[in-house]
Amino acid sequence: MAIIAMREALRQALDEEMTRDENVLLMGEEVAQYNGAYKVSKGLWEKYGDKRVIDTPITELGFTGVAVGAASVGLRPVVEWMTFQFGLLAIDQIINNAAKLRHMSGGQLKVPMVVRGPNGPAEFLSSQHSQSFASYFMHIPGIKVVAPSTPYDAKGLLKTAIRDDNPVIFLEAEMYYGWTGEVPEEEYTIPFGKAAIRREGEHVTLVSFSKPMKMLEEAAEELAKEGISAEVIDIRSIRPLDEETIFGSVRKTNHVVVVDEAWPQASVGSHISGLISAKCFDDLDAPVEFVSSEDVPMPYNHTLELEVQPTVAKIVAAAKKTLYREG
Amino acid sequence: MAENVLMIALSPTMEEGTILNWSAKEGDTISTGDVLCEVETDKASMEYESAQEGTLLKIIKGEGSPARVGDVIAIIGEEGEDVSDLVAEAEAAPAAAPEPKAEEPKKETAPASEAAKEAAPKPAAPKASTPAPSVSPSSDDRIKASPLARKIAASRGINLGMVKGTGPAGRIVKEDVENFKAPLAPVEGVAVGGSSGNSFGSPLVDETVPVSRMRQTIAKRLAESKFGAPHFYLTLSVAMDGMVDFRKKANARAKEKLGLNPFFMKFAAEAIKRHRELNSSWLGDSIQFHGSIDIGLAVALPTGLITPVVRDCGNKGIAQIDAELKVLIDKAKNGGLAPDEYNGATFTISNLGSFGIEEFTAIINPPGSAILALGATVKTPVVNDNDELEIKNIMKMTLSCDHRTIDGAIGAAFMSDMKKMMEDPFQLLM
Repeated sequence: MAIIAMREALRQALDEEMTRDENVLLMGEEVAQYNGAYKVSKGLWEKYGDKRVIDTPITELGFTGVAVGAASVGLRPVVEWMTFQFGLLAIDQIINNAAKLRHMSGGQLKVPMVVRGPNGPAEFLSSQHSQSFASYFMHIPGIKVVAPSTPYDAKGLLKTAIRDDNPVIFLEAEMYYGWTGEVPEEEYTIPFGKAAIRREGEHVTLVSFSKPMKMLEEAAEELAKEGISAEVIDIRSIRPLDEETIFGSVRKTNHVVVVDEAWPQASVGSHISGLISAKCFDDLDAPVEFVSSEDVPMPYNHTLELEVQPTVAKIVAAAKKTLYREG
Repeated sequence: MAENVLMIALSPTMEEGTILNWSAKEGDTISTGDVLCEVETDKASMEYESAQEGTLLKIIKGEGSPARVGDVIAIIGEEGEDVSDLVAEAEAAPAAAPEPKAEEPKKETAPASEAAKEAAPKPAAPKASTPAPSVSPSSDDRIKASPLARKIAASRGINLGMVKGTGPAGRIVKEDVENFKAPLAPVEGVAVGGSSGNSFGSPLVDETVPVSRMRQTIAKRLAESKFGAPHFYLTLSVAMDGMVDFRKKANARAKEKLGLNPFFMKFAAEAIKRHRELNSSWLGDSIQFHGSIDIGLAVALPTGLITPVVRDCGNKGIAQIDAELKVLIDKAKNGGLAPDEYNGATFTISNLGSFGIEEFTAIINPPGSAILALGATVKTPVVNDNDELEIKNIMKMTLSCDHRTIDGAIGAAFMSDMKKMMEDPFQLLM
């Protein structure tokens, strides 16, 4: 099986879907001639031309609105936000139009669009450009939200997202476009609403999504050295959420650490922690542990920048705490 | 207006009682204070006196029915009143479980026991000069346990009160419940080994008998004590000749022959006066030293154990202690001891000498901090001060102490004083 990078997996998904369906188009800042800020759309402009790979001006509200309109009349636009930090300018189009048109038109209009791009903390970007907005989108009925953490998932989920008749928010991470992994040559898709068990374990469940997944796997290695067997779960589809896989694991291990690189309040992680507390109450042997970013704007100082986010050490400590193995 | 008659807590530890028989029947006119029914509580059978008046319209809990404190057992109102709604409501309420659950919410107990204070029969025994401590202080504390630990405990019938928690702030976690060893033999009857082909016609049969309220309470309280209080034990030998002589002389003067136990209770009380730690209770964040020396004597009944308490032994003579003890033991044997007469011993004596037991260790009877176990008096060769062998009447006594309130040296000093007094009762006056 080929080992390819995240950006290549995403490119393959776009390429294959654009070949498969002529209604699929890509639009965003610098996606065409510059091949995308993170080189995800490399070669697509040459292959599909101006009409299907469209460079837009710096007008998130405008071009996202154009995509909503295009989708509602039958095209399947993939919008690249250079970063989700800029996407806030267009969030009205997502919440009020993309998410609601199907409902408000009584099903007459569908909005088969995908908005993708890097979300979450990166490095040296200070407090305005290093934030995780997953919960902003998870909050809204009418859209789907996915966040892959491996090249395999990135390709399979993006293909599913493009084929979905509803608006899909596709969260990537600036820091992981170079991560590599196995991706098969043959065609495949990954259904939404199905979490992945990355590692089987029996003592504690570690749950997260997107970039922090690498920390979870490192934390599991650390814990294994101390004889603690951690089960690692990548939810990957945030909405719809595969609650049963999470609950099933918690019922097995009775101890859980939820990790989210967003701020703690009203986050994807806090939502999952709440669900586990409510639905798995009688199977918990300890309170749900939740490791998030600190509740502060992102510092610019690099040491602090890393320290306010989840770390392997914090995850290991939380796992030991929930297992009553502190000190 | 018809009113529900609720089961009340007829003893401080009662959570559920069984109605043995109804003294009143439906249609009877009831006045305040009339006996409605007889209830088997955790310790004894008690008469339930009505706090309400009117006509007994409906009996909800028939004879032999268990009723939790707070359950509706009957309805009293005006003659001819329609109480079908109240009956339906009372009957819809879940029936008391035949087996006590490991974790029962206790919210109804508190208001009911307030009512019990007024309705319960007045104790016949003289009131102690200070109020006796009620049930063991830990029994009302909320037990901290993880939801999983609670679930496992409930499924295995483990009382979380007996499990020691190793989690933060003593939280009971899964591992604690799984590692918990039940302190008592399983409830299922002891299986008779092999076939019944016993040529001696063994009277033993396979049998499973339900556990009585009294046995449940004994099991719960003793397990709480044994697993909650860190016990240590001190044993020494007492030459009984001086005491036997002393009792002989006392009996020559007494109107009624004095038992041996009142002497032990009196000597213990005198020794306690010198070591107040022996007369204390561990309250978790404080130690309560009791102003009154209330000594319980463990009495075996066919149905279980009970400890009638003689209050204020420090200020009573042996004859008075003997007289009170006789009354209490009679009541105990008839199952008629009131809660005030068996609860709250600050010190306890258990005497198995009459069975020939030479030496044993007893489990502390809460809320007290110590229990004295007395063995049989046995003729024993002893090396005297002149290095000669001498035959003496020796009794071994063992003190079980709660190390949270009593340190080794204090327990030892108490034992030493008690020994001196028993060997030379003249010391009592010194």
